[in-house]
Amino acid sequence: MSVETMNRNEGKNQPEVGRDVPRLESRRKVTGRADYVHNLSVPGMLHAKVFRSTVPHGRILSIDTSEALDAPGVHYVLTGEDIRAMFPHPYYGPAFHDQPVLALDKVRYVGEPVAVVLAEDPFAAADAVQMIVADYEELEPVYDEVEAVTSPVVVHDVLKPAGTFPDLKHLHGKRDTNVALDYQLRRGDCDAAFSAAAHVFEHEFRSQPVMHVPLEPMVSLAVPDHDRLTIHTASQSPSFVRMEIARLLGWPENRVRVMVPHLGGGFGAKLYIKLEALVACAALIARAPVKLSLTMEEQFYTITKHASTFRIKTGVDADGRITARRCEVYWNGGAYADIGPRVTQKSGFTAPGPYDIENVSIDSYALYTNRPPAGALRGFGIPQLVWAYESQADIIARELGQDPVEFRRRNLLRNGRPQATGTIMESAAIHEVLETVVERLEWAKPFDRGSGPVRRGRAIAIGFKASIAPTTSVAIVTVAADGSASLSISTVDMGQGSDTAMAQIVAETLGIPTEEVTVVHPDTDTTPYDMATLGSRSTFHTGNAVKRAAEDARERLARLAEEAGMPAQDSYAPAEVFRKRYGMQAGTVTGTGSYIPEYRSPDEDGQSPKVTPYWMIGATGVELEVDTETGHVHVTRMVNAVDCGTPLNPKIVEAQISGAAIMQFGFTMSEEMHFDAGQVTNASFADYKIPGIHDIPPLMDEYIVDAVQSGGPFGAKGVGESATFGVSPSIAGAIEDAVGVRLTELPLTPEKVLRAIRAAAGDPLED
Amino acid sequence: MRQHISFNLNGRPVSMDVGAHEDAVDVLRRRNLFGARESCGQGLCGCCTIKVDGVPVSGCLTLGLKLDGAEVETVEGLEREGVLDIVQQAFIDAGAFQCGFCTPGFVMMASDLLARVEAPTDEQIKDHLAGNLCRCAAYPEIIAAVRAAAEKRSAHAQV
Ligand code: FES
Ligand code: FES
Repeated sequence: MSVETMNRNEGKNQPEVGRDVPRLESRRKVTGRADYVHNLSVPGMLHAKVFRSTVPHGRILSIDTSEALDAPGVHYVLTGEDIRAMFPHPYYGPAFHDQPVLALDKVRYVGEPVAVVLAEDPFAAADAVQMIVADYEELEPVYDEVEAVTSPVVVHDVLKPAGTFPDLKHLHGKRDTNVALDYQLRRGDCDAAFSAAAHVFEHEFRSQPVMHVPLEPMVSLAVPDHDRLTIHTASQSPSFVRMEIARLLGWPENRVRVMVPHLGGGFGAKLYIKLEALVACAALIARAPVKLSLTMEEQFYTITKHASTFRIKTGVDADGRITARRCEVYWNGGAYADIGPRVTQKSGFTAPGPYDIENVSIDSYALYTNRPPAGALRGFGIPQLVWAYESQADIIARELGQDPVEFRRRNLLRNGRPQATGTIMESAAIHEVLETVVERLEWAKPFDRGSGPVRRGRAIAIGFKASIAPTTSVAIVTVAADGSASLSISTVDMGQGSDTAMAQIVAETLGIPTEEVTVVHPDTDTTPYDMATLGSRSTFHTGNAVKRAAEDARERLARLAEEAGMPAQDSYAPAEVFRKRYGMQAGTVTGTGSYIPEYRSPDEDGQSPKVTPYWMIGATGVELEVDTETGHVHVTRMVNAVDCGTPLNPKIVEAQISGAAIMQFGFTMSEEMHFDAGQVTNASFADYKIPGIHDIPPLMDEYIVDAVQSGGPFGAKGVGESATFGVSPSIAGAIEDAVGVRLTELPLTPEKVLRAIRAAAGDPLED
Repeated sequence: MRQHISFNLNGRPVSMDVGAHEDAVDVLRRRNLFGARESCGQGLCGCCTIKVDGVPVSGCLTLGLKLDGAEVETVEGLEREGVLDIVQQAFIDAGAFQCGFCTPGFVMMASDLLARVEAPTDEQIKDHLAGNLCRCAAYPEIIAAVRAAAEKRSAHAQV
């Protein structure tokens, strides 16, 4: 099979879309002048510092704030009860209204905010926090996601679904359970297929808790103004923040204004409500602006990526075709649900992998535990799933004596075939993505596995993801009297380049250079609704809304030209239209557009004709060396390929591919939050190792397969997560290829590799 | 405790009161310079990199009072009369950042490297930037940018 790949210079037909426009804000970023909430201060601002729980699970007996209140420079010390006195239901969350602004009655994890000091400067606030004393009646904690299913320890006495999601309704008021969502899918007859299968494989894979660690730690500033409140916040979801804060305060949305400048990284950490509820309540109580800037350490107590346990059972016929797959996935959601139930469900759609399997059964559980809350992190659960199903794919191929690529080719879904949810695959270049990696890694050539202490191995893995549907985006394109255009959207550019890509869509549609389009940053007073910047949804959803808004503006300009008596033509110089129509440089044209893709909720068996408007596909191939004496793994080469439709800005897409792959490389090789009695013990870059410049594979290649996404703006779809999918399983597979040991728990540290090698040699290391 | 200090900031003399507990990043923020920014606060990420008397340091670990009498350079000082420094331009051309939060630190260290080494190898580039973290992982583009800046500079030098 020949594969057509497009690299960035091979040119595209359209002049603006498909062009490698440098990020519009480039100059600000290299000169240190880009705006971040981090930089912001306003007159009279108080600095907040959080006092946190030291126990993983306990009833609050007392909180003594008197000494802190007397400390110099301190204006207020607030506890959960102070918040409740003013705001009767101070709980928030996108799926469950389970998270208190400050702990109420109980604490549920070490690091949970219990009280907050508001002081004139951050140092006074930090000093005063040390003077607060809290007393707890300690309760038994539960940490493990599998134990949480049956544990007598219950994190929340009663479940409180937010009511916005119909599929959570049945959980309302449920008691004595840690299961925050039980997603299930049934297709065909697994039991019968397992009995008929030639081979049945059962494995368990685990992934560890990790943190996003955006380099700009979470930060929010609330500024009260008479009957309104402005929140400047490093958030990926300004529209949601406005809605949720308005609900919390019992205000109409138009009295809450949320503004977001540039973000110093997000990756899912800055979604929904993080610090916004606390600064909003504190500012209203203090009647003064309140800013809360977390430290790097505090980020680890705020949101994490779900640890997971995936039990996967697969039946295969004599030819190596997968006939049945049962998936049981347990997601460690920590103390508050955040978006965990959505991760559980949306990732559940694709838990059996990109394979054509007649009989499928999926059970995916979101669990409450006494750990920091878990939410979305670049992939919405998919990397954890691909880790398991692609690891198992290699194991099966090895046992059957088949080439792992052949095994995948035989089983991969094709367009036109139903996926596990019953949704028919379309515009999914799964085979092309796989073949690109196969070809670029020169899989067909003999591979030298080495001899002596350093052995070499290689492997390939592929994954896919359903988009987060149904979600809405709205855009406004404004053309000024001189013909210059600005775009108003509430999509957040956190580094992924959405401002630039969206400006390219406007430019393409209006026939002007991208560099002349201004993108107005999210300000809910002026920029319209956007569900959130997450799950690689912006290119497709916001992109479609932006395209429609620009088309609307173009049509309105044409109408204006007609009113001005100008002869009909394909395009107009806007400035001239305004001048003709109004007799001078005057007027404004505003185009609007909105987009919500078609979506059908799955039935009780998880079946739906349309669970997603598009599929994201990514594959990774690696070559590596394993030092059998130390367990050290050196990835010498990594090849990533994605189907992102037709890229709007190929160069930015390539950076997204390598950036995503390197991030997942960190989650694979070194990153892991360690806990001792519920306390994170490595909440610092000194002990939590993210990839540095020396850690990246010396050879890295990114490929965008030639593809067109139907229904995507100019054929494009999202890409921010796709290159995370295949990284972990390809590395584990290559380790097995090199030294014959299989690791089933992330991360793949030298210690684990060495232990496995020594155990396999009958010479295990001591504990 | 506060003390009055004077120093040269990007070539211009400034003087101000500085508290004993303030670090160099705090001091620069009060001069409306936000390019050096605190991220880890522990000397581990390089986001706060500035130059003091020609030596790159972590601003988060440098006491503000230590700036007294020093020659202090920040990323904001690299641009000359509206023209970007060769490294800054190379970062734009190579697309060597995403969120940009780490970028001033990388730019400062890269320009420091070019001031020391004529034609750095990739290994030298990596070594010199090893104290800077980029969570967006723009490392491949950063290496390419520094390489390109060095080439451009030597091309200029030959003309
Ligand atoms: S903030 Fe100074 S090194 Fe990280
Ligand atoms: S560009 Fe975001 S941290 Fe480097």
